Amino acid sequence: MSIDLSQFHQVFFEESFEGLQLMESSLLDLDCDNVDSETINAIFRAAHSIKGSSSTFGFTAVAEFTHVLETLLDQVREGSRQLTAEIVDLLLQSVDCLRNLLTGLQAGQTPDATHSRELIAAFNRILAVKPVAQGAGTQSATQAGKIDQPAKMEAGEAQGVTRWQIRFVPDSNILRTGNEPLRMFRELAELGELQCVASVDRLPDLNQLNPEECHLGWDISLTTAAPRSKIEEIFEWVADESDISIEAVDAIVPLATPQPDAEPAQRVSPSATLPEPMPDKVAPVSVGKEKEKESAKAESTSIRVSIEKIDSLVNLVGELVITQSMLGQLGTEFDMSKLTRLQEGLAQLEHNTRELQENVMRIRMLPISFTFSRFPRMVRDLSRQLGKKIELKLSGEQTELDKTVLEKIGDPLVHLVRNALDHGLETPEQRRAAGKSETGTITLHAYHQGGNIMIEIRDDGRGLNRQKIRAKAISNNLIGENDPLSDEQIQDLIFRPGFSTAEKVTDVSGRGVGMDVVRRNINELNGSIEVRSEEGIGSTFTIRLPLTLAILDGQLIQVGDQVYIVPLVSIVESLQPKLALVNRVAGGCDVFRLRNEYIPIIHLAEIFGIRPRNDNLEKSLLVVVETGTAKVALVVDDLLGQQQVVIKSMETNYRKVEGVSGATILGDGTVSLILDITDLVQMAGVHQQHKNGLRLVSSRAAQG
Amino acid sequence: MTKILAVDDSASMRQMVSFTLQGAGYEVVEACDGQEALNKAKQSQVDLVLSDVNMPVMDGIALIKQLRTLPNYKFTPILMLTTESAADKKTEGKAAGATGWIVKPFNPDQLLNTIKKVLG
Repeated sequence: MSIDLSQFHQVFFEESFEGLQLMESSLLDLDCDNVDSETINAIFRAAHSIKGSSSTFGFTAVAEFTHVLETLLDQVREGSRQLTAEIVDLLLQSVDCLRNLLTGLQAGQTPDATHSRELIAAFNRILAVKPVAQGAGTQSATQAGKIDQPAKMEAGEAQGVTRWQIRFVPDSNILRTGNEPLRMFRELAELGELQCVASVDRLPDLNQLNPEECHLGWDISLTTAAPRSKIEEIFEWVADESDISIEAVDAIVPLATPQPDAEPAQRVSPSATLPEPMPDKVAPVSVGKEKEKESAKAESTSIRVSIEKIDSLVNLVGELVITQSMLGQLGTEFDMSKLTRLQEGLAQLEHNTRELQENVMRIRMLPISFTFSRFPRMVRDLSRQLGKKIELKLSGEQTELDKTVLEKIGDPLVHLVRNALDHGLETPEQRRAAGKSETGTITLHAYHQGGNIMIEIRDDGRGLNRQKIRAKAISNNLIGENDPLSDEQIQDLIFRPGFSTAEKVTDVSGRGVGMDVVRRNINELNGSIEVRSEEGIGSTFTIRLPLTLAILDGQLIQVGDQVYIVPLVSIVESLQPKLALVNRVAGGCDVFRLRNEYIPIIHLAEIFGIRPRNDNLEKSLLVVVETGTAKVALVVDDLLGQQQVVIKSMETNYRKVEGVSGATILGDGTVSLILDITDLVQMAGVHQQHKNGLRLVSSRAAQG
Repeated sequence: MTKILAVDDSASMRQMVSFTLQGAGYEVVEACDGQEALNKAKQSQVDLVLSDVNMPVMDGIALIKQLRTLPNYKFTPILMLTTESAADKKTEGKAAGATGWIVKPFNPDQLLNTIKKVLG
């Protein structure tokens, strides 16, 4: 039979990565002076588990490596080896190394074993033993006398037919381990001619006989071409507790073998559980029906869903079916007297649908701990590197987030935490001088707020230096020398492109990726980020994310005869413009003065090439929206309702359209496009340069 | 139909064992630790137990001990899935009442051969 083991690889990789994650977090929890046995056990189990399955699935590099890890962990677990910081470091490096090995294998590459060999060598130095021979990691024969690879033994044995005399006196408790002597006889019978004689010497009186014990012994004569190892193998599980002798009587025996009709004593079954004594009718092992499956080469990303989530879906679908059949019945014989029931039914349907929707969304939801869990390690490594004392607090780790959002929020979070470590928190000396405790704190906190997920990254460091930010922004021409800016506006400058106050680029945070990229990444997820900070006390970055990318809270807007959708999260305010506040600046761009700010105006009708209902700007409405970099005002004819819309991808159904992030189907069945504000701002910039003259004319016309 | 209880905390190993056994016509009940296995064994009688040793909550050795105290499982074959390095686990398992062991790594054929022999 051949079963294609590669079909289990995906699950193997998933569980191995989970195991590594667990190892890593447990290692970080370990206190070398006071080793918690449950924690070290969990680490051991994870390593052991990876070793067992990787060897089964043929990933020898992983198996060899985990074998060494396991040996060391076993010693620590048993208390024969003291855990040191050096060992913990080495173990953490091993987690990284294994992760790399597994990632490579998952991608179908032959992994580079250089790092793992180095680590194995380091472990072996600690273990102070000779390195294990190549490839012997998983199969090193540690047990003398036990036969695990019988094929090897055959060479040493005579090839001819041998008569063996076997004496087998099992322990009286043999049946209580589920071992059945008859099974062994059946196996022996498969090897050749078998004759069994039971000896009843040890059998007690009938009234003292415990039927659960075995007091029989057997003298067995076996004529077979099989080597001794085959016979030993059959008794392997009971060899330790039993009295067994196996002797070759004749090297080659004549074909006239003892007759089996001599009433074999094996009929005296010591157990009532197996009545049939005939050994030779054991069916040959044949399971040839297994279909050979082509291994699915393409790795599909999968998601593990708890049974409860699936069950609740099944329940809901059941309810939906009931509602549907109720409505169906109502429809076949409808008259106005049943209107109330129809309305009730529809309300029920709405309820079912909403619940079903929520539950389906929940399937894609994963706890944010998947992302948070990488931080303890990172903070530990970085705080050493920077010579700072830092405590990391995590809370709200069970808050659930859409899988895609979760994957994409990882990098921005890493960036923010790095920044907090590098720039936010002071060195122990500086903290002491400032009258703070030497240990700085970084808090990651996730929670729900009104249909959104909030993630806070809080540090109790030095806070943002507003003078410095202001000076930097002026020198970078981001703001004018005398621009009146609120504290919030100044702080917000750090999200502008090309802004960085760090005096020297460090290994930790100076990677050329600025806060503008962080904000852009978060905006791409339909989220937003803001910062609050107080000098000397600390900073808090707050990220707001939608629960899911599949549904969006949208504001419906009317432009000409078209209805568009603007993500609600990006809308700052909507207002009716006064022409007096609209100015034209050099370069042909209209700006609108909103309190102290000048906001560029984007004429949606012009961009999409449609005829607006109102040519007069004063009769139109302005929707002020915020993008990662700036605020702009969209000119629209009317504001319609707000509603949740299901996002359909343009790319999968049509192609990428500039200025549009997706589409949805409205209640009346029409398709409505969802605006991509960031894209629109860029388009408008390009557009205006080309149509400079035309635009001024039309603006004037509108004004007149 | 012969029913086998497969206990392993590794999902991939469980899948592999189940797939192999089901393909050979056995009914398989899965459990991911000793406690779950014990509960399932109590719920319905199985003909053979295949259990990993290192597991959270309740390990394989404890499971075997517990099973052997149940009247229905006094003589039921219980096989441990061990790795070669855990030699003392075999002795411990035997003392707890295990029938025998299958050494990891094993392939589906080795697994089936051993099981067929035990079940006869």
